[in-house]
Amino acid sequence: MAAPGVATRYAVRAVNVGVYYGSNKVIEGVTMDMPENEITAIIGPSGAGKSTLLRCINRLNDLIEIFRMEGKIWFGDFDLYAPQSDPTQIRYRIGMVFQRPNPFPKSIYDNIAFGPRINGFKGNMDDLVEQSLQGAALWDEVKDRLKDSALSLSGGQQQRLCIARALAVEPSVILMDEPCSALDPIATLAIEELMQELKKTYSIVIVTHNMQQAGRVSDKTAFLMPDENRVAHLIEFGDTRTLFTNPSDERTEAYITGRFG
Amino acid sequence: MLRSDYERDLASLEDDLAEMANLVEQATRSALDALENQNNELAQRIVEEDDQIDRLQDALENKCVGMLATQQPTARDLRQVLSAVHIAVELERMGDYAEGIAKICLRMGDQPLLKPLIDIPRMAELALTMLRESLQAYSNRDEWQARKVCKDDDAVDDLYNQIYRELLTYMLQDPRNIERATYLLWVAHDLERIADRATNIAERVMWLVSGHTVGTGSVKSDRSLR
Repeated sequence: MAAPGVATRYAVRAVNVGVYYGSNKVIEGVTMDMPENEITAIIGPSGAGKSTLLRCINRLNDLIEIFRMEGKIWFGDFDLYAPQSDPTQIRYRIGMVFQRPNPFPKSIYDNIAFGPRINGFKGNMDDLVEQSLQGAALWDEVKDRLKDSALSLSGGQQQRLCIARALAVEPSVILMDEPCSALDPIATLAIEELMQELKKTYSIVIVTHNMQQAGRVSDKTAFLMPDENRVAHLIEFGDTRTLFTNPSDERTEAYITGRFG
Repeated sequence: MLRSDYERDLASLEDDLAEMANLVEQATRSALDALENQNNELAQRIVEEDDQIDRLQDALENKCVGMLATQQPTARDLRQVLSAVHIAVELERMGDYAEGIAKICLRMGDQPLLKPLIDIPRMAELALTMLRESLQAYSNRDEWQARKVCKDDDAVDDLYNQIYRELLTYMLQDPRNIERATYLLWVAHDLERIADRATNIAERVMWLVSGHTVGTGSVKSDRSLR
């Protein structure tokens, strides 16, 4: 959290974001500011539009033909959906880690080097690979087997490899879509610890089904919920501690106390 | 929040409680000092400074609520958080008893003490030793020391009974003594309660260490007249 008296800087600001698939509205009027160097968690029941909202932040939904977004998402002073903005460049600056680890069927080294190579990286690739693996707290475990296939790693290691891969293209924001849902509790803990390290350098937005995880790891929490027409709304957004100890909306209270629906 | 941040928060509960216990001890000593020397200025300050103990309790409770809501402590961690909340309540009440003694000083004004204080300071010393040892038992997770604290309460109760009988004698001798004897009886009562609260802390420590609730009276026998 920002020190008192220091103005909070925001990594990403969503302003009145609405999402349509064809003529179906799925998200309405989401406005939330995600602070720099903090972890913002998005929680809510299934079908609450959590992943859809997350994927709006690095324009991953553009790949869906019937997707349409209204409102604005600001990345610093940059309008992510301005006609001249390039989704590929955006995805370098705003990385994504998915639910299931999805390493390329290549060596550990090449998994990391892949993005930077495409990106025309001219520096010392060995250093970059090491830095990225260090950043994802995986270096010590793999430094002697960089040429091994990434698929030989455990699930938790693969997920950290995917984080290292995201770091290699030097993003400033990392989006995580249920990054621990395929992992056991120990591997989950390792990722949660890693997130706390990462937030010193990056800003993180995480979608999680596991609200205890949101409580443990995040600084800010957003609670999304669909209405009777299955249109998702942002019900409450605020400091994680406040949201978990004294939520201001009845629906948030019902959800976090497990009395929902 | 990083798991190690959580662990740091857990560990900090011990320092928070130690800080509260220190203030309680100081307040109790100062209150007796104010009583003995009829120092109303000091008594007034003790009354005002009790807010500080209350604030520490609020802060500790807030910290614990946050940990319970966001970190899901289990097993020993859970007992540690709950016992800290419990012990803070005990300490806050002890602070109120010290404040109570200071208020008695103020109420006595310039009236001389009925008699020189002999047993009351001894009682205070015993009660404060129990307080200190209960907190030590907490830090060291020492069930044996906690048990000892519970047993020590008997000596405080015995002194209290002795003071009660003595003051009763003064009252019977001359009804004009009743007011000033009652003041001293209140002071003794406040000290007796401080010792009881130390016993509660010790019982909480036994629970923290073993996970088993200590039934009331199983360790301590309440010998105070009430």
